[in-house]
Amino acid sequence: MLGKTTTLSIRTPEGVHFEIPIASPFSRCLALAVDVAIVIALTILLIQVINLFGVMFSEVPVLGKVFSDFSTGAMIVLQFTVSIGYGMSTEWLWSGRTLGKRIMRLRVIDERGLSLSLKQVIIRNLFRFLDMLPSTFYLLGGISCALTKRCQRLGDIAAGTLVVREVDSTPPVLEEFVRAEKNSFATLPHLEARLRQRTSPEEARLVLDAVTRRNDLTPSARLELFSRLADHFRSIAEFPEEITIGLSDEQYVRNVAATLFHRASV
Amino acid sequence: MAETGAGSQPRITLAVARQKRISRTTPPLPPQPPSPILQPVILDVEKFILRERPFWDELAELLRLQENQPDRRPPLEEAKRFYYLYQRTSSDLVKLKTFAGEAETTRFLERLVARSYSRLHEDGGEKVPFRPWRWLTRTFPATFRRHWIAFALSCGTFWIGAAFGAGALQLDYKSKADFIPPQFSHLNEKPSKRVEREEKQDFDAFQGRHAFSAQLMTHNTKVTIMTMVTGFLWGIFTFILLFYNGTLIGVVMFDYLSDGQGVFLTAWLLPHGSFELPAIFIGGQAGLVIARTMFGWGTNLRLRERFARIRGDLLTLIGGAALLLIWAGIIESFLSQYHDPRFYPWKIGLGAVQLTSLILYLTLGGRRPRHPREAL
Repeated sequence: MLGKTTTLSIRTPEGVHFEIPIASPFSRCLALAVDVAIVIALTILLIQVINLFGVMFSEVPVLGKVFSDFSTGAMIVLQFTVSIGYGMSTEWLWSGRTLGKRIMRLRVIDERGLSLSLKQVIIRNLFRFLDMLPSTFYLLGGISCALTKRCQRLGDIAAGTLVVREVDSTPPVLEEFVRAEKNSFATLPHLEARLRQRTSPEEARLVLDAVTRRNDLTPSARLELFSRLADHFRSIAEFPEEITIGLSDEQYVRNVAATLFHRASV
Repeated sequence: MAETGAGSQPRITLAVARQKRISRTTPPLPPQPPSPILQPVILDVEKFILRERPFWDELAELLRLQENQPDRRPPLEEAKRFYYLYQRTSSDLVKLKTFAGEAETTRFLERLVARSYSRLHEDGGEKVPFRPWRWLTRTFPATFRRHWIAFALSCGTFWIGAAFGAGALQLDYKSKADFIPPQFSHLNEKPSKRVEREEKQDFDAFQGRHAFSAQLMTHNTKVTIMTMVTGFLWGIFTFILLFYNGTLIGVVMFDYLSDGQGVFLTAWLLPHGSFELPAIFIGGQAGLVIARTMFGWGTNLRLRERFARIRGDLLTLIGGAALLLIWAGIIESFLSQYHDPRFYPWKIGLGAVQLTSLILYLTLGGRRPRHPREAL
């Protein structure tokens, strides 16, 4: 793996900078496995449908004879069409997502962060024939993924595309995180004001991150983080003992967050 | 009352920095009362989200609408609103990153801005509606001619391969079996025997013919696609594939011609081959266009930019090849595999007409009439 990039950084003409996480080869493999299973299932289903028609027409004198041979040809063509058309149609209709990619929460996008064009969809899927060599082992595609900075198979390079991870796009309800059940600091507005005055935006950001993501931490890490944060904020703005007595470090930091973020200052 | 004593950390906002810059060139100002700008700039995230959320939701809804219908062209008012919402959300993202940095909401806004950005800045060419008739009569033949050298190389390599196959068979007839791949093992049969058997069969002998044609059709489509995509490996495998397939044709042609079955061979191959072989050559042409792009001769552009330039041409070439293959498949399925000698003149005639039409179409199609002055 040569100097892998894990995110696609984009700066828009409006001056906004954002990052999109690039999918890992492992998640791409899983999505591919799902898609292959779907293609096989779809092919079997179509073959069964054609066979069913074959049975229905078998008793008809001329049509039965025509159909028995025609259906074999149709099966070969259908199998080929499904294997080549599945990726193209799903990626185009679902904005860069096949069913496997949907399950694995992946999406194909243009490498400049733009949405996929039909040209790109067709080219990246045609290049699958090359990527899957030798036979169907995806060795060339795998090597390309391993050697390229942004984990692109040959089809991605030719089409100018990338596979990215979909991130959760639901905003959290901040109220429950930020608002302490009972902010005892609120009884001392002058000390709250001092705390706001002495807290830098970076420190405020740290407090908010800690509070909103506290459930993701292991118990020991959570205790240590809030202990250090509480010590830090005690050092920059001291509250009287009668207010802080019996207050856990985490509750202390939540009070700090409530003090900092429940005041419109912009 | 906020304490502003000596112990407090100085906060430098943009306004303060601006004041400092001004103070270098202008006389120092008398002490000013503390400005509200000097307060720590921390956003009331909850209030901010409550105020902005309806705009984000509206943008998300418009995005969902657009993503569900990729071909939909939004009305002007909707497009204007979309642009406004995008700008507003972008501004919110910048604000949140600068003043609050709350991770979850920032991620949500980044995602929203990324999706909107991709819709707003997508390739303008995509919005030009596809016009099949124009594509067929102008775009495809013009694109074909633009890359005629690649076509000539593709075609030449194939026929060199054919000459090699024929030459090899002339030198050592027993090597025929080594050239014929297993799926076409029936071609190992002596041509005159096959012709005798085939010509005696009834017209309605359907067994196996459609299946065989389907097999050939998918095989040829795969060959065409492979000759194109292997161009990515600097064209080496495109040349190899063209040469190898040419060898097969050369062997079969030599075998039938040397056995005195020229008429059968022409009536068998010409109706579909007149479209099928050019389709493979066009696949090879596309492959060599890719190979040239890989080498990047005569340009300083990066690989991704070079590919962006040829993508349209590649798709046009492969689209044209696909059309030719579909027609060839139909002809092969319903006509080529029936070997009644009464139909030979018709089959050969059809093949000749098809080939001539294709040559005329590809060489003359889509040419704009020259201006009378230019003609002089």
